[in-house]
Amino acid sequence: MKTMTALVTILTLAAVPALADEIWVTNEKDDTVSVIDIETLEVIKTYPTGERPRGITFSKDFSHLYICASDSDAVQVMDPETGEILHDLPSGEDPEQFVLHPDDVHLYIANEDDAITTVVDTRSRKVVAQIDVGVEPEGMAVSPDGKIAITTSETTNMAHWIDTETQQLFANTLVDSRPRHAEFIKDGAEMWVSSEIGGTITVFDTATQTEKAKIAFEVKGVHPDRVQPVGFEFTAGDSHAYVALGPSNHVAVVNADTYEVEDYILVGRRVWHMEFNRDRSRLFTTNGVSGDVTVIDVANREAIKSIKVGRFPWGAAFRPTE
Amino acid sequence: MTGHLTALRAIILREALRFVHQRERFVAALVRPLVWLLVFAAGFRAALGVSIIPPYQTYITYETYIVPGLCGMIMLFNGMQSSLSLVYDRETGSMKLLLTSPLPRWWLLFSKLVGSTAISILQVYAFLAIAGAFGITPPWKGYLTLFPALVVVGLMLGALGLVLSSFIKQLENFAGVMNFVIFPMFFLSSALYPLWKMAESSELLYTICALNPFTHAVELLRFALYGQFNAAALGWTLLATVVFTCGAIYGYDPARGLKGRKG
Repeated sequence: MKTMTALVTILTLAAVPALADEIWVTNEKDDTVSVIDIETLEVIKTYPTGERPRGITFSKDFSHLYICASDSDAVQVMDPETGEILHDLPSGEDPEQFVLHPDDVHLYIANEDDAITTVVDTRSRKVVAQIDVGVEPEGMAVSPDGKIAITTSETTNMAHWIDTETQQLFANTLVDSRPRHAEFIKDGAEMWVSSEIGGTITVFDTATQTEKAKIAFEVKGVHPDRVQPVGFEFTAGDSHAYVALGPSNHVAVVNADTYEVEDYILVGRRVWHMEFNRDRSRLFTTNGVSGDVTVIDVANREAIKSIKVGRFPWGAAFRPTE
Repeated sequence: MTGHLTALRAIILREALRFVHQRERFVAALVRPLVWLLVFAAGFRAALGVSIIPPYQTYITYETYIVPGLCGMIMLFNGMQSSLSLVYDRETGSMKLLLTSPLPRWWLLFSKLVGSTAISILQVYAFLAIAGAFGITPPWKGYLTLFPALVVVGLMLGALGLVLSSFIKQLENFAGVMNFVIFPMFFLSSALYPLWKMAESSELLYTICALNPFTHAVELLRFALYGQFNAAALGWTLLATVVFTCGAIYGYDPARGLKGRKG
């Protein structure tokens, strides 16, 4: 009887297809999102979006996908189960990058052409605030406690610190040329900003908004002009940062405590943003020019596969499926 | 049958002895590919990555790309070296002694082939160990799956060496082998550059490369090193082995080959 039960259990388990987690990637030139199955490392679905999709993020419960459709001047909300666009959110002109507030309601959107940051309530679908920032805002971050939002402006070369209660700027700090991406780490104690042309990452002490460290990069055999830090993400426990270095086709591994660069990993052409899987053992980088996503084995710090997606993949977001 | 095995053992032992006694030869066989790997590839360094081609799953450095080609190079030079040693044997008279054995000639040639292939394989693994020390490592199982491919490629290039040795009358002519066989075979192959790159510059050169059995030998090694099987490359390599072996048997046939020409 026991054998019979075991057999039935095995058969039942075999009949249910294993649900694998997914990585969703926006393809800037194809106006689509590609869905990569993390188990098989293959593209399993492609959905059409608005024009020039760039920033991409999920709601907390992963039931909604937000996409910055830059040339459609809208943030689109997609049902990830069906790929259907449910509605657009008012976003201001040319939304490039955004961040979802920990309250799961407010989206902070960088409007590249208008030099403003727009705050949208995703439930009422209304603009709550528009904050004047520097020229060509792009990088967006919100502190884990939700009290501070950051916008970086590409041309003004500043990180703008926004008090999310008053929706007012309370500090502006200079960074190196063309800041692209910002992230809070260590429970919000530090805020990192990458500067594409400056070729550096500036680390700020959040409490004082002062510069704490600066990280420079050097890829052997690659001209320094091509070493352009853009997107970055942190491993489990915030011990290391993985930094996309644009047209140098490398991702740098930075020790987040010593700020030393420990490794460089070869990936596809013009690596831009990235996203981890559930346990942060694998990292998926979007490579714009080669139109693929490179998968990095984090433990061994090596690229294991590059997966073709659409043209000019830009942003990436993780979605669990169970 | 015992006689066959005795001959096989004797010939392999002789190859092994010759190899052990010529330490310089072992070092030279390793230095050549290492110079390519550590000097040429460094100068040619594709820091931005070589495009993805099978069997690779992602972007690779140029150093990683040329390793299978350099394994092929070791085997190519070794095949030619054994051809050179046959010419030497002929000049010193020890070949006459070997060929007067009552065993079939093809068996003697086969034994010679096995001997030189075994030496080549040893050299390839020594090279891979050094390349590994410089951080160029294929997946672990690749070292195992490479073995059968090395046997096939070693036999193919050894057979080519035998054919050549049957046509070369004097040691001095060996320089011609370098110029007309080794270099064209090596450079007109996928050992140093992917064939699509060759196709971009010249369709004719690409066609020659695609027909070159050494290209298929290198691709067989490349796929095997990454635990994959390339049926087309194996087919072409086996075909070339059969053709070269027939050529060698013909070349060493006293009625038609050597004797005929000598007469």
